[in-house]
Amino acid sequence: MSIIEVSQLTKIFGHEPIRARQLLNEGWSKEKIMKETNMSVGVNQASFCIEKGEIFVIMGLSGSGKSTLVRMINRLIEPTAGEILFNGKDIVRMNAEELRQLRRKNIGMVFQKFALFPHRNVLGNVEFGLEIQGIDKKTRTELARNALKLVGLEGWENSFPDQLSGGMQQRVGLARGLANDPDILLMDEAFSALDPLIRKDMQHELLLLQAKMKKTIIFITHDLDEALRIGDRIALMKDGAIVQIGTPEEILIQPANKYVERFVEDVDLSKVLTAAHVMIKPETVTPERGPRVALQLMRDNRVSTLYVTDKEHNLLGLITADEASQAVKENKSIEDVMQKPIPWASPDTILSELFEMMAEAKFPVAVVDERGKLRGIIIKGAVLSALAGNAVPEGGAAI
Amino acid sequence: MNIPKIPLGEWIESFEDWLTDHAGPIFDVITSVIGSLVEGIETVLVSVPAIILIVLLTALAYWAGKWKIALFALVGLLLIDNLGLWEPSMQSLALVLTAALLSIVAGVPIGIMCARKDAVRNIVTPVLDFMQTMPAFVYLLPAVTFFSLGAVPGVIASIIFAIPPTIRLTNLGIRQVPSELIEAADAFGSTPAQKLYKLQLPLAMPTIMAGINQTIMLSLSMVVISSMIGAQGVGALVYRAVTQVKLGVGFEAGLAIVIMAILLDRLTQNAFKK
Repeated sequence: MSIIEVSQLTKIFGHEPIRARQLLNEGWSKEKIMKETNMSVGVNQASFCIEKGEIFVIMGLSGSGKSTLVRMINRLIEPTAGEILFNGKDIVRMNAEELRQLRRKNIGMVFQKFALFPHRNVLGNVEFGLEIQGIDKKTRTELARNALKLVGLEGWENSFPDQLSGGMQQRVGLARGLANDPDILLMDEAFSALDPLIRKDMQHELLLLQAKMKKTIIFITHDLDEALRIGDRIALMKDGAIVQIGTPEEILIQPANKYVERFVEDVDLSKVLTAAHVMIKPETVTPERGPRVALQLMRDNRVSTLYVTDKEHNLLGLITADEASQAVKENKSIEDVMQKPIPWASPDTILSELFEMMAEAKFPVAVVDERGKLRGIIIKGAVLSALAGNAVPEGGAAI
Repeated sequence: MNIPKIPLGEWIESFEDWLTDHAGPIFDVITSVIGSLVEGIETVLVSVPAIILIVLLTALAYWAGKWKIALFALVGLLLIDNLGLWEPSMQSLALVLTAALLSIVAGVPIGIMCARKDAVRNIVTPVLDFMQTMPAFVYLLPAVTFFSLGAVPGVIASIIFAIPPTIRLTNLGIRQVPSELIEAADAFGSTPAQKLYKLQLPLAMPTIMAGINQTIMLSLSMVVISSMIGAQGVGALVYRAVTQVKLGVGFEAGLAIVIMAILLDRLTQNAFKK
């Protein structure tokens, strides 16, 4: 079961929300409702599921309703209609006390402008969520210190927020959101106020933290690069409605409509696609089959090189046609004449990092996983094709 | 034009009569509470030897701020004592402190309610405007009717005149707390009371303190007017000096008020900054 199931979630800002919702059902557009009734559709019948442990990114331009949407999940904004099931229980129908408990125990939040309490020191800020639950001083200090350690702010407990840099302030915000160990972390444009280098660091650290913690994170951003970098899945919003939900690759390679296409057209694919996306199936040979078989395989497959692996597909080296025929003449084995080591990359290397290696290598770069197994090879044509936005025909997961 | 005069004055007077007839016991209770409060504070201030109080206040001024204020307190208070105005000054101070105390006790909660509900603010604001602009002499009259002569109607009149800044600035201070901080407090599951005590009041405190400072200053400015209805103290000396055209006496008493005003102002301002 999904940890969060949202269906038909709608928010209308205005004096007659019920009527506006009926108009939406009748197929009126957001603009028409605004023009005729002066009511604003914040979120328009959004439905989606979020799985436990994933980073779900909600992306859209400003005014697309993403912040409203995330605020309805912990009801900082009251939904007009729809339901939000958290482990099967409808958040929309919770009474004040149930909602308070949900916010205290299950859902943490990190804010765009940090929203740290200026009159409390770092420790006091991180403790806040625990303090209002009535947890005793000793326990909450310990939990808060652990959270600070997690974000790398040990030793800053007694500083005040205005003494910290933006990046450090948001670490405090993150620690505050994590201190009570919530199931879900809402991050509303959490890194948007940081300068680009710090932002990248924070994204990287969030991924490291997530690898340890396995929280369910709902991350709001207007930055496509950020969404592609950290999102397991991305929901793209426009005018309050969700236009596409999918993995970063799905969004890039199969945009659902013109809007998504335009949104993603400027993306530098070389920073998003990885070796695994563009690799193709290599022709291989095991050493004990001998140089004659190797030559025959090259002829049959019309290639001039073969990748040499053992029976477990561990990469050993590479042999060219010249080397194979030399081995036949001189009665040597494949292992005697093959080239090694040869250039290789791991499957999750991004393309932009492969360019230099590819330019220098005389042969296609091998893709080798962490256990040393040959997973595929990268030929220049496939890379160019992928960068042009086409799916690699042969797919990656060969071998 | 033959529109008859609206008998507003008659209405007010009959309302006053009605209140005197029906709410008498309530006024009696208020009178005895405020009366004993003023007397209690006055007794303490007058019975402690002047020199001890002067040393204590100087020490307080030193703790609250700079040595300059402490020096001013020492010289100013010794001067008051030297002029023979110590006891009337302490009487006035008792009146001012009582009025300020009651203004704070009533004003801060009213200000909080105004900040919470626009409806409350919309009712309270015009009432405050009325209280501040209606000449103080006008509400001396009902104060005397309900609370007779002496310190108590003086305190009541001072409160009416001095409470608005505390209410206004408490309201303002709480409303100025950034909405994203309120949102953060909500997002972590604060109750309204937790939000008030852990976030809104601490952040509004400098503004509220500015209001309290104003309230104290305004109630001090009422000591002369209060003396017209029988409140004792330096205000009474000023009033007598004015009616008898005695410039010297008037100046001395006036100077005592100025010294107390400056001292109270600096003390409250600095104590709140700490």
